[in-house]
Amino acid sequence: MLLEVRDLAAYFFLDEGVLKAVDGLSFDVEAGETVALVGESGCGKTIVALSLLGVVPSPGRVVGGSVRFDGVDVVRASPAELRRVRGAGIGIVFQEPGAALNPVHTVGRQIADVVQLHRGLTKHEADAEAVRLLGEMEIPEPEKRAKAYPHELSGGMRQRATIAVAVSARPRLLIADEPTTALDVTIQREILDLLGRLQRDFGMSLLIITHDIGVVEEMARRVMVMYAGKLVEVGDAERVFRDPRHPYTRGLLGSVPRLGGGRKTPLVGISGVVPDLLDLPPGCSFLPRCPLGDASCTAVFPPLEPVAGRLCACYKVHDAITT
Amino acid sequence: MLDSGLTHATRWALLPGAGHLLLGRRQRGVHLLAYTVLVLGVLAWRWDRFVHALTSTALDQWVAALFLVASIAGAVWFSVWDVRRLARQAGEPTRGKSPMRIAMRRFRANSLAVASVYVIVLMYLVAILAPLLAPHDPSSIEHVMETRYLAPSWSHLMGTDEFGRDLLSRAIYGARVSLSIGLLAMVVAKLIGTTYGAIAGYFGGWVDNVMMRAVDVVIAFPTFYLMLMLVGVFEANIVVLVLILGLTAWPGTARFIRGEFLSLREQEFIESARSIGLPAPAIILRHLIPSALSPVLVSAAFSVAGMIGAEAGLSFLGLGIRPPTPSWGNMVSAGQDALLVAWWVAFFPGALLATVLIAFSLLADGLRDALDPKALMRRYL
Amino acid sequence: MPSRPDALLEVRGLRIHFPFGGRWFGRRGWVRAVDGVDLEVRRGEIFGLVGESGSGKTTLGRAVLRLVEPTAGAVRFDGVDILALGGRELRAARRRFQIVFQDPYRSLSPRMQIQSLIAEPLRLHHIVPEDGIETRVLELLGLVGLEPYFMHRYPHEMSGGQRQRVAIARAMAMEPDFLVADEPVSALDVSVQAQILNVLLELQRRVGIAMLFITHDLAVVERIADRVAVMYQGKIVETGDTERVLDHAEHPYTRRLLAAARGVR
Repeated sequence: MLLEVRDLAAYFFLDEGVLKAVDGLSFDVEAGETVALVGESGCGKTIVALSLLGVVPSPGRVVGGSVRFDGVDVVRASPAELRRVRGAGIGIVFQEPGAALNPVHTVGRQIADVVQLHRGLTKHEADAEAVRLLGEMEIPEPEKRAKAYPHELSGGMRQRATIAVAVSARPRLLIADEPTTALDVTIQREILDLLGRLQRDFGMSLLIITHDIGVVEEMARRVMVMYAGKLVEVGDAERVFRDPRHPYTRGLLGSVPRLGGGRKTPLVGISGVVPDLLDLPPGCSFLPRCPLGDASCTAVFPPLEPVAGRLCACYKVHDAITT
Repeated sequence: MLDSGLTHATRWALLPGAGHLLLGRRQRGVHLLAYTVLVLGVLAWRWDRFVHALTSTALDQWVAALFLVASIAGAVWFSVWDVRRLARQAGEPTRGKSPMRIAMRRFRANSLAVASVYVIVLMYLVAILAPLLAPHDPSSIEHVMETRYLAPSWSHLMGTDEFGRDLLSRAIYGARVSLSIGLLAMVVAKLIGTTYGAIAGYFGGWVDNVMMRAVDVVIAFPTFYLMLMLVGVFEANIVVLVLILGLTAWPGTARFIRGEFLSLREQEFIESARSIGLPAPAIILRHLIPSALSPVLVSAAFSVAGMIGAEAGLSFLGLGIRPPTPSWGNMVSAGQDALLVAWWVAFFPGALLATVLIAFSLLADGLRDALDPKALMRRYL
Repeated sequence: MPSRPDALLEVRGLRIHFPFGGRWFGRRGWVRAVDGVDLEVRRGEIFGLVGESGSGKTTLGRAVLRLVEPTAGAVRFDGVDILALGGRELRAARRRFQIVFQDPYRSLSPRMQIQSLIAEPLRLHHIVPEDGIETRVLELLGLVGLEPYFMHRYPHEMSGGQRQRVAIARAMAMEPDFLVADEPVSALDVSVQAQILNVLLELQRRVGIAMLFITHDLAVVERIADRVAVMYQGKIVETGDTERVLDHAEHPYTRRLLAAARGVR
């Protein structure tokens, strides 16, 4: 097992109170598999990614649980161990293409820096490797592009460059946090294809964090649905999307217009608003918006239990099965 | 019952602060009460002078006495009005928190900033009430040989200067000069600068180009030498100094406001205002200026400090307010020669200057932190 | 192209070119944001305008309301050439066509209460007398599905979806015949997007308002638009009934978009 996360909790300590961004997440990622973490903005999924690397920004921090990567517990690791994990163990690609790129250095130099650091190549070798990697990312004229600055590249190319930096140290796990959200539809396709190809060629595991169901269907074998800091449904992507059990997953799938899904009819959607993570009531956080919930859902957040071949955190779904 | 409780509070509101305390608004109640007590205390302590001042022909005496009366009346009026307003609102549905209220709350949580407000208000109060408060006549010279360079004592809390004049009284009158010039010069600079910059920034294009080139020309003048020149030509009284300081400082504000407006103009809520058909003056006044106001407020606070410092510097060099009219700047200058013999002559005005400058800087810092727009948005996930 | 009697908005040969580069008097070149566009939106229909970033769709959306001055071409609203209108006439004409912006976090003035935001157009155009304003504001809030207590809130106290509803209510306050919706759901959460789309569909059903719906999402366009135009680099490459364009796309760019949106599966 490449990555084992148990009861991960990351809180933000603000003047207004404690914001529970991640509250008891447990999941595994095997070597070579693609897993998707799905949720809307404000559910804490980006903080999950940052927790895996030990880079949660203050005033937040990981307050509990463990993240075992390749034998090292990232939550309790020393700075030296963490440096080994970051880059060479786990790489990360963010949403804004180019936000991860330093605007005052050329793209080639940034890739070369990582390669030199983690793979011990000389400067010459690193520069050549940078050009090679850019070519692998299907960037045309990589020698020219390596000398370019981030602002001279288009959004799609910047994202490819960011991916090149992330994979240049040959990480075993690549985290992609909303890698295609800020890009045009045609470019999205290309980036997803690229990620898939890299995953196969390098044998990496891929953890894709997104709110876009279409992206998940494309790329992931397994999916984890997140709501208000907790997982509510986990299982095979195909099964979960064909037959969603948790009311949030159902609502989410009903909110997304799909091509061929109907004309001029209102979308099903989910009523209400995403909850404020500062002010979560006890019990199930989805209750205010849930068509199935009632008073029995107010005591404790439901645990993930196996239902119909996947895990689901909903009392009503379990009750329906067992009665 | 709620109703009778409220009418009860309203009646008590005639004593400033009491009404608020009854309604549970402790902070405001205490402030009002303390202010009233302070002012009444001054009135009681200086009753004779007050009566004399009311009937005096000297303008500043009369203003001081009037201010005292107006102050008390104002406190009473505000107390009643505010209690009535709060009583009315108790029945209404909960109002949201405007960005200004949120900023005020954050400001109040900053103790240094709040303390500096107290210091500043106190200083300005003392300055306005100078004729009533000053223990001695700041310009009277008698028995010079016996009274010169006396060290600080109970009869002369800050000692005396080379002419035997009481330094505390001179410092109090000096406060009038320094503090009023500082405030008024800032107002002049901000008013002109904001209007000018707003027009340039809103219309953009060639209007902006022409107006900004004019500003470039003004900025290119070496300010200091310009001030020297103007002071040489005109007699250096308060009005002249206010104008000189204000007219040399407005271009900085103009440039800044113009930049803010140019960027704000593209913001979608401004486009929204245009799209509903709001005419340009309404857009500027109702939408653009309030949004640009926060940084202007902060820079205004810093600017007062700068103006006070500038006046002090000019007076110190003999180019601003000339003796015998006291200004903290020229008092420090006069004390320079006697530094080894009578340290207090330069020390106290200098300390007062330092205090007021630090106070305004802390105030500006506090305003800047409180008005920080990033605090409104919480998007970290 | 002859105009139909039910054409509410007619755009002919619209060009919007922005200069770039060069100092005061020289110009290095022109950005052709909109490069010769013909377009027609009929009464009561939702017209989808689809394109990727840089296609010019946002500029076009602004230009038909004259929030951006066109370089060439004609824009006629209900027969009236709005490009020829003077200041006051234009402001009066603005009642009939309105816009909802993409970013609900920036399109509402942060210092105004919701009731003031919605009442602003009511007062400006004297749509109801002063004592009727509160009632009308409550009606408009109800139209977009917001509870009355939101009246006293400030924008920063509300979520993105709620703010977008306020933006729609503010636009509808003037009872316009035509609404430009510029990517109105792109900045919102998925579950909230559905709510806002439903609000817009409901508006068309109840009030019969015509809309120019600008988006990059073909699935949204399929769901909500009656007719659609595809825009690429400042030009419209394909127009037609939504079903025809999506099922039988003719232009290669449209086909590429559809292929990308549908995925490999």
